[in-house]
Amino acid sequence: MDLANLIELAETERASRKKFALRCCMAAGCMSLNSGATKAALEQAVRDAGLEQDVEVRGVGCMRLCCQGPLVQADPDGALFEKVEATDAASVVGTIKGGETEVRRGNPDHPFFKHQLPIVLANSGRVDPDRIESYIAEEGYQALHSAMFDMTPKAVVETIVKSGLRGRGGAGYPTGLKWATVAQTPGEKKYIICNADEGDPGAFMDRSVLESDPHAVLEGMAIAAYAVGADQGFIYVRAEYPLAISRLQNAIKQAKKLGLLGSGVFESPFNFNIDLRIGAGAFVCGEETALMASVEGRRGTPRPRPPFPAESGLWECPTLINNVETFANVATIVRKGADWFAGIGTEKSKGTKVFALAGKITNTGLIEVPMGTPLRQIVEEMGGGAPGGTKIKAVQTGGPSGGCIPAEYLDTPVDYESLTKLGSIMGSGGMIVMDETTNMVDVARYFMDFCRDESCGKCIPCRAGTVQMHGLLTRIMDRKATARDLSQLEDLCDMVKHTSLCGLGQTAPNPVISTLRYFRREYEERLKPDPFAPAANGSAVKPTTGTT
Amino acid sequence: MLQHASGDKRFKILDTHMKRHQFRADALIEVLHKAQELFGYLEDGLLIYVAHALKLPPSRVYGVATFYHFFTLKPKGAHTCVVCTGTACYVKGAQGVLSAAEAQAGIKAGETTPDNQVSLLTARCIGACGVAPAVVYDGTVAVRQTPELAVEKVKGWMGHGSR
Repeated sequence: MDLANLIELAETERASRKKFALRCCMAAGCMSLNSGATKAALEQAVRDAGLEQDVEVRGVGCMRLCCQGPLVQADPDGALFEKVEATDAASVVGTIKGGETEVRRGNPDHPFFKHQLPIVLANSGRVDPDRIESYIAEEGYQALHSAMFDMTPKAVVETIVKSGLRGRGGAGYPTGLKWATVAQTPGEKKYIICNADEGDPGAFMDRSVLESDPHAVLEGMAIAAYAVGADQGFIYVRAEYPLAISRLQNAIKQAKKLGLLGSGVFESPFNFNIDLRIGAGAFVCGEETALMASVEGRRGTPRPRPPFPAESGLWECPTLINNVETFANVATIVRKGADWFAGIGTEKSKGTKVFALAGKITNTGLIEVPMGTPLRQIVEEMGGGAPGGTKIKAVQTGGPSGGCIPAEYLDTPVDYESLTKLGSIMGSGGMIVMDETTNMVDVARYFMDFCRDESCGKCIPCRAGTVQMHGLLTRIMDRKATARDLSQLEDLCDMVKHTSLCGLGQTAPNPVISTLRYFRREYEERLKPDPFAPAANGSAVKPTTGTT
Repeated sequence: MLQHASGDKRFKILDTHMKRHQFRADALIEVLHKAQELFGYLEDGLLIYVAHALKLPPSRVYGVATFYHFFTLKPKGAHTCVVCTGTACYVKGAQGVLSAAEAQAGIKAGETTPDNQVSLLTARCIGACGVAPAVVYDGTVAVRQTPELAVEKVKGWMGHGSR
């Protein structure tokens, strides 16, 4: 395989496309609504109508508006059909020849779609994730070629540095800096890891990217491997994502067959193998040192840093760990240039971010917007606000490590710094909308229950602290707590935050801290009078032992 | 190569799988995945067998098997009902769905009915947040669930049992 072969393959694929196409979503959201049957019925309907010459039915990745699935979109006119059942297939196919259908038509010009700027999701909903040719037709693997043959590894790292790309896994560490550290660290053997252990409940961006455009992630990893001098990669993906796993396996096999991965990439001396590692349901494995322990087949417990993985990671070798979405940005940056990418977004947060919109909101699904987009635009215009005319109370970002942003701050632009200032975090991209019926103390307890369950047990502040905080939150919920309990909860939050070993413990108190900051009244309303509180005349009751 | 005395064919498949990973210790989690897929759960004898084959102390294998939620050391019921308790499902009322299923089956989440018909489990987000709340019945994802739908499904399964 060389560049000429690659371009030829892309042209053959483009030339083989038919005049009309019906793209049917085959990502997990629509699949759970039985889009598999819809696709089969569409294929049958095309045959029945004798339109095989003109119409192609293509299974594609996520088309984003998950709440209206199964989704079908027609090319070239872009007509969008919602909730397409197998029985609707004939009439949908009929529309190509000007027929009528009773299927609800979606509006591709709705703000939900209009305000999106797809980079990571550019191919999602368009290419067939099961066929590498479909990806190659969209200039796939050309960025890898130009990185390998037109650029030095150093130049690739510099491009990423200049682009301003930051880690999309949540913390927002500058990606280029990480690459440069791994590249500079001496070592015979280096590793690349793609963190696809998307553990935050309520987040499904990475799953969608892997299911919709697996090759974009593979290409990004290969470019990274070339840049830092690695020859082995791992993708650590959750066992809960069987569809993503099978698409990745298939994609790796196809790329190897064409000589785009494996030994001698593009017939050069550069080798790069990618293996899958399947997680086994431990949230803490999203933390990089725990993840590496898990890749090595051990219990997923974190270790103190430094040394950072960039210096001593998998089997003590320099290791580059990036998130799925980070890798998915890389090929486009190399292809379109660092300046192009740096022109999108805000001063400190470049590019776009994919969010999973869910919860009490009309339009649930995936969105990709430029950094700095106001939260209000996302939630009200794109998301269509809360259903049933209720009022939005808060938006939760960052999962169990993040916080709740109250409705009065909806005009905040979404970027790393602004969200941190509000006591939340960007996180991996889960965005859960809560309306007036949601009890914020219960939300805090829900996340604490999660962290308590997922704490690996290695360090005491997290192991014991989360249990105690959960107990206190339950007491508050049950109206059995006093003001002392509340102040103890605050002390514990502070202690666990500052003394835990890894990110799980350090961020576990965040949901409590942020709800206390904005919704303190909800906590206080549930308190009962403290029998040991100072009496009205000022003389304190003698403290008794065992009150804590 | 190690041979299991029982002559159970599933051990042979497991052997092949371990061989593919060159009996490397770092493949332990992959091997346990395969073992659970073949046998349904990881009983002590199976863990010891894996420990021998990968030349690992049994304590290490047991430690890994008990650390990860995905591995189960007890047999599952004939049917499984996995209620997603991710944030989106939680906000949309997954707790009500779970309580209703628990009441119907007469067990708590994580348990199996005495007649081994139904196992009730929870999952930390299966990624179907757009169509929450979601429940996985026998491996098939069902969307927009209500307590009534869950009760109906569990009731249907229990009818097949000895009761």
